[in-house]
Amino acid sequence: MHKQIALTGNDAGAEALKDVNPDVAAVFPITPQTELMHKFSSFAHDGVVETELIHVESEHSAQSACFGSAAAGARTITATSSQGLMLMAEICVLTASTRLPVVMPVVNRAISAPINIHCDHSDSMFCRDSGWIQLYCEDTQEVYDTVIQAFRIAEHPDVLLPVMVCLDGFIISHTMEGLEVIGPEATQKFVGPYDPAFSLLNTVDPISIGPLHLAEYYFECRRQMIEAMDNARRVIVEVGQEYGELTGRTYGHLERYRLDDAEVAIVAIGSTCGTAKVAADKMRENGIKAGVLRLRTFRPFPGEEIAEALCGVGAVAVMDRSVSYGLRGGPVFSEIRSFAGADAPPMISYIYGIGGRDVYTRDLEAIFEDLARIGRSGDCGEVYRYLGLRE
Amino acid sequence: MAYEMTEIRWHGRGGQGAKTAAQLVAQVAMGEGKCAQGFPEYGPERMGAPIRGFTRISDEKIRVHCPIERPDVVVVLDETLTSMPAVTEAADDATIFVVNTTRSPGEMAAKLGAAGVVYCVDATRISIDELGRPMPNTPMVGALIRATGCISMDAVKRDVEKKFLKKFGERVAEGNIRAIQRAFEEVQSS
Repeated sequence: MHKQIALTGNDAGAEALKDVNPDVAAVFPITPQTELMHKFSSFAHDGVVETELIHVESEHSAQSACFGSAAAGARTITATSSQGLMLMAEICVLTASTRLPVVMPVVNRAISAPINIHCDHSDSMFCRDSGWIQLYCEDTQEVYDTVIQAFRIAEHPDVLLPVMVCLDGFIISHTMEGLEVIGPEATQKFVGPYDPAFSLLNTVDPISIGPLHLAEYYFECRRQMIEAMDNARRVIVEVGQEYGELTGRTYGHLERYRLDDAEVAIVAIGSTCGTAKVAADKMRENGIKAGVLRLRTFRPFPGEEIAEALCGVGAVAVMDRSVSYGLRGGPVFSEIRSFAGADAPPMISYIYGIGGRDVYTRDLEAIFEDLARIGRSGDCGEVYRYLGLRE
Repeated sequence: MAYEMTEIRWHGRGGQGAKTAAQLVAQVAMGEGKCAQGFPEYGPERMGAPIRGFTRISDEKIRVHCPIERPDVVVVLDETLTSMPAVTEAADDATIFVVNTTRSPGEMAAKLGAAGVVYCVDATRISIDELGRPMPNTPMVGALIRATGCISMDAVKRDVEKKFLKKFGERVAEGNIRAIQRAFEEVQSS
């Protein structure tokens, strides 16, 4: 019923945006995101979409254009990576706290200095407290599917928060894989028309956007964002379910891979999860019951579900592709551990893949083997570890 | 591997089309109902610098997302790269080499120290004849098909015609198809 095509991750993101046909796109290039908006711009140029492109002079301007466009009531997109996200960060927090449902693919790349164009998650993790919902993709199929779902999540009246759809730079953005697409008709039927409750251009019933809130109301604004993010927990699952009914591909906060009877498990986000699944399969051939827990949603953080999913596993390694300086272990590890109860399994923190350091199946097999040893002996050894670091 | 997969590593110089070839073969395989991945060495591409590309073809969904460590096939688009250790890295006696060279398969096998079968074809000559410039990537796809049968000749010709005709016109599309066919016929093995 659905068409199978070969696309890179960047092309898959552009294809999904094409099928959605948003009103406005702010466009600015940065490696490795450039091809995504390049492809989308071709669709706009060729009249395949009716989107109005705004060519801006920086990412700060890109997100500012998104702010204005979304405040005017237009369905709005942009995309970026690394330093681009750093530069737009100031406006990203405005977009979120003004409750403007912008959708933005973030092609994950290390942040400077030293300059590095390869994948890690430092850029999006830097924005983890910006009020944006963050969804991480494992492969190109998920990039396509998640970009489409992002509009429904962001624009849901109980949410109204912007969404970052994160995909690993080069590893996903530049890898050509096969994926199923549902085309513009089914996509637009799924996403539905955008009917914002407020618009800056509504002169009949005019409103102010971005006013001054001092001590009297600012706190309450923040409380509303907290509630919106909590509502997103439910909405992400509902939208993922409905998308599954349409396509056969159901999404939630987590993916449990061979986890039911697992004695050892790796927890990760992004493309590494696929490699970890292959490693888990190999381990099982060798008699070690290995599983993988993939986090798709990082904000809102599905802490309780993670704790429940890991309950009964003998030993767990949590993989972080970014660093939180001064806090031992990365953000994924620290946050998972904050939900771990007294009966939680022993957990090891691995910082890995920083600046694009490759991660092979054998690296993850070695982690599984080590976890099996920990499970047998009960002795964790060093909890805070680095994978593939030259020391 | 848990399931049967063909892993191809491409070596070329920036501008020779190794990335395009890696993705072309993946795309054609997908068109034939297989699962496939095609990706370049992650990073900036510079004209003339040694680069790698990767193709995986499998009957089942490919989940792994890392460079190929132990290739089944190594395709070399530029003879000057054959003295680099990267070309023979992790090769064993089952690794098939497909090399763009004027040398004989025997000479090339000795130069590479290859234990497996070595296929040689003068893809540069073929592309100059058929395209008017040295663009060894498409003829090397023809040689690869002869060496491995990983995709079908008909499918690759259809794909090249469709893609190149639209983008570059009839002359380039036809030239590439002739180049693929000639390399398929002219390639010699050890």
